[in-house]
Amino acid sequence: MALVFVIPGLLFTVSCAKKAVKEDTSLSQQAADEAAAEKAKQEELARQRAIEEARLKEEAIQKAKDNFLNEDIHFEFDSAVLTPDAQEILKTKAEWLHSNPNVKSTIEGHCDERGTLEYNLALGERRASGAKSFLVDLGIPASRLTAISYGEERPVDPGQNEAAWAKNRRCHLTIK
Amino acid sequence: MPGVSRAEYDYVDISHPFLRKIPMAVPLFKKVSSGHETDQLSESASDLLAETLEFTGFFKLLDRKAFLVDPQTDATFVSVNFHDWTSIGAELLVTGGVLVQDNLVEIELRLYDTFKEQLLVGKRYKGQVADRRKIIRRFCSEVIYTLTGDRGIFNTEIALVSTGTGNKEIYICEFDGYNPRQLTHTKNITLSPAWSSDGEWLAYTSYAKGKPDLYIKNLRGNRGYVVAKKGINTTPAWFPNKFELAATLSFSDDPEIYLLTGTGKIIKRLTYNKGIDVSPTWSPDGKSVAFVSKRSGTPQIYIKDIDSGQVKRLTFQGRYNTQPSWSPKGDKMAYSGMENGHNNIFVIGFDGQGPIQLTHNEGDNESPSWSPDGNLIVFTSTRKGPSRIYVMTSYGTDQRRLLVLKGRQTEPKWSPRMVNK
Repeated sequence: MALVFVIPGLLFTVSCAKKAVKEDTSLSQQAADEAAAEKAKQEELARQRAIEEARLKEEAIQKAKDNFLNEDIHFEFDSAVLTPDAQEILKTKAEWLHSNPNVKSTIEGHCDERGTLEYNLALGERRASGAKSFLVDLGIPASRLTAISYGEERPVDPGQNEAAWAKNRRCHLTIK
Repeated sequence: MPGVSRAEYDYVDISHPFLRKIPMAVPLFKKVSSGHETDQLSESASDLLAETLEFTGFFKLLDRKAFLVDPQTDATFVSVNFHDWTSIGAELLVTGGVLVQDNLVEIELRLYDTFKEQLLVGKRYKGQVADRRKIIRRFCSEVIYTLTGDRGIFNTEIALVSTGTGNKEIYICEFDGYNPRQLTHTKNITLSPAWSSDGEWLAYTSYAKGKPDLYIKNLRGNRGYVVAKKGINTTPAWFPNKFELAATLSFSDDPEIYLLTGTGKIIKRLTYNKGIDVSPTWSPDGKSVAFVSKRSGTPQIYIKDIDSGQVKRLTFQGRYNTQPSWSPKGDKMAYSGMENGHNNIFVIGFDGQGPIQLTHNEGDNESPSWSPDGNLIVFTSTRKGPSRIYVMTSYGTDQRRLLVLKGRQTEPKWSPRMVNK
């Protein structure tokens, strides 16, 4: 940046001399054009860099948000115990909630279809409120979190096999 | 029961009513008038009567092709030659006469014991042609009362959940699956219907406002109450003969069972255990409540004595026993138990009998609910694919599909006997 500003300074000094005005003028004109082009180029590069940085930052923010929304935590059959994996995911979610202090989140508790419907509503409640307590313990105010059970009413995978059931035994977080 | 001798109740063995079905003949009703309407009614009314009585599981209806006499002769109506019926094995005979005049119908019906050569009960009914179902049901009630001393289930209904509209909504049909109609229009998940003892109120859970709240709805008017506490508000179970109900609430972050007024206010807490407590069902005398708890590590059925506060575990076999339903006579508990990943219906007696498994090797069988006379159990089954409603006797015999409806059907609940039906 310093160079860009020095050149117009010199140009002004030179253009003040009375001799060889024409040549000096053409020369100084050329230099000025080059300098201006260079300045524009540098400015454009800086702008591009800033845009790229903003884009990356935006992307990182979006990615963190997507992870928050898309990464479910999973459970064993008939269990509301938070597995080590589930706890790691919830820690990441807590970090995200910390850095987005205006966001409120709903924690949905879901079950696979194998248990019975009424019991699964209670189990989904245990899963959701367990995940909520974990986030509260990590410093997220309870007022920002709502737990809701859907029991076995909203499976993500309608399949009737262990892979599908494992996907369906989950807590899913949404934001308001 | 004054004026009724005990001997009249010997037809149906009360302790083993389905061991032996009583052979019964129901010939086409005699046409007393003539014309298309009479022809039609003679057939449809006699078929309906045969089907209605057969539904109970007590009778074996004999094939009309085997009958020795033409129903249109007086031999089946005015004077019965009992030998014509005993010789084909019929022990009971129901005859009828139909008279149609200006859209009014008169139906006379008689129940005979063919071996004793005795008229057991005879009734004459008058009404609109459109009332014929009601008339037939009234007489079926008389038949069952005469044979068992109990009024039967012909004035009962069944509430259920169906996904026909794309959402789970509550429907109500008659005891035999006839005339299903949509009760709720919540356009969201609606679950777990529960009848009050007088059949006037239905409690259920709905996500109508986005979360599982408890709705207490009067079936005759628009009156109703909502319990919308934080968390789940589920599994209502009316206290016998009172405007009170138990339900599972999780506002304390833990699903516990509470006793509520019919208007939804908490009277007292019934369970105290960190972890799941859900699905209450009352003993008919209201002295005990059974429920599902995970307090020992797996879901099992427990019974709490209300006065002493003592809690006893009922189920010990299997690792997943839920959906308890207390029998109307108070002597048994039906429930669903999971083995090898599938649920089946079991019945356990309080005399130490059982558990007896009533459904076997046919998909998942869940949500048992007793008929108010204790003789039948309605339940769901996935034996033919999607979940459907089935009925069986309380001994597991005569399993059949109750009704055909679009979508999947779950959570059937048998109503009490309706006074005004």
